[in-house]
Amino acid sequence: MKISDIKALLNADVVCGEENLGHDVFSACGSDMMSDVLAYVKDQAVLLTGLVNSQVIRTAEMMDMVCIVFVRSKKPTADMIELARESGIVLMTTEKRMYEACGLLYKSGLVGNGVHHE
Amino acid sequence: MKRAVCFIRAGSSETEFIMSESLRFHFDVNGQSFTSAGQASVQVKKNLRELGIPAEAIRRVSIAMYEGEINMVIHAHGGEADVIVYEDRIVIILNDHGPGIPNIELAMKEGYSTAPDNIRSLGFGAGMGLPNMKRYTDDMKIETELGKGTCITMTVKF
Repeated sequence: MKISDIKALLNADVVCGEENLGHDVFSACGSDMMSDVLAYVKDQAVLLTGLVNSQVIRTAEMMDMVCIVFVRSKKPTADMIELARESGIVLMTTEKRMYEACGLLYKSGLVGNGVHHE
Repeated sequence: MKRAVCFIRAGSSETEFIMSESLRFHFDVNGQSFTSAGQASVQVKKNLRELGIPAEAIRRVSIAMYEGEINMVIHAHGGEADVIVYEDRIVIILNDHGPGIPNIELAMKEGYSTAPDNIRSLGFGAGMGLPNMKRYTDDMKIETELGKGTCITMTVKF
C-alpha cells in the first residue's frame, strides 16, 4: 500500500510530507502510549495516534517510521510539523476514530506484523 | 595522536566530536522541558548515519538512548549523555544527579513505574523504559546511589 492509499482510505488531510506520498508501506500500529510503541513495535512504518506532542514525532523517528496519522481530527503543532519535516515523516489527520481508522487500513491489507518481544 | 574537536549546537544541547581511537558525542540533557527531551537521541541517530554504522545498530542505539533520555527528564531533572563509537560497538553512558533508583529489580520489571500521571498523559511512564533499554542493547549496567544519582552504561555491538 502507498501512503497516498492511506490518505484516500481514511479521507485524511496531509499536513506535511506531500512529496513522500508515493512511498510503499507494509505495516502499521495504533497507540496513544509511546512507551508501548517503543517497547512492542517492530518494523512498522505507520503510526496511528490520538496523542499530540513532540515526542510522538521523535518516537516515530527512533522507530524509523515514515508516516503518522492523527485520529479524531487531532492537529499537530507547528513545532511537531517542523520536526516531521526535518525527518521526512508524512503527517496527516483524519476525522475517524482510532478503532475505525485501524480497521479500515487492516482490512485493506496494511497488517500489524506482530510485536517485537524477546 | 590525531585529535579533532568541533562543536555543533542543536537546541539546548551541545555535541562534541573528539576523534582519537574512538569518537565521542557529548550532550547536556535539559531536564526542564519534556518537549525537548529526545533531542540528543535524534542528533546521535543522524551522526551514526553519517558514520555509516549498520542500520539495525543505529536503531537499537537510538531507541535505548531515547528511552534513557526520557527517563532522565522525567525522574532526574536531566543530566549528561555520552555516546562513544568504537570499531565494533557503541557505548552509551547516561549520567544524572537525580534521586537514584531505590530498587533496581523492581524498576526493571515491565509495567512498574513511578512516573507521575501527567507524564502518562503525555504517552510515557508505562514502566517499559528500563526493560526496553536492556532489550535493545547487548549489555546494560546500572550504578545508582540514593540522593546522588544514577549512571547507566549500555553497549550495542555490531
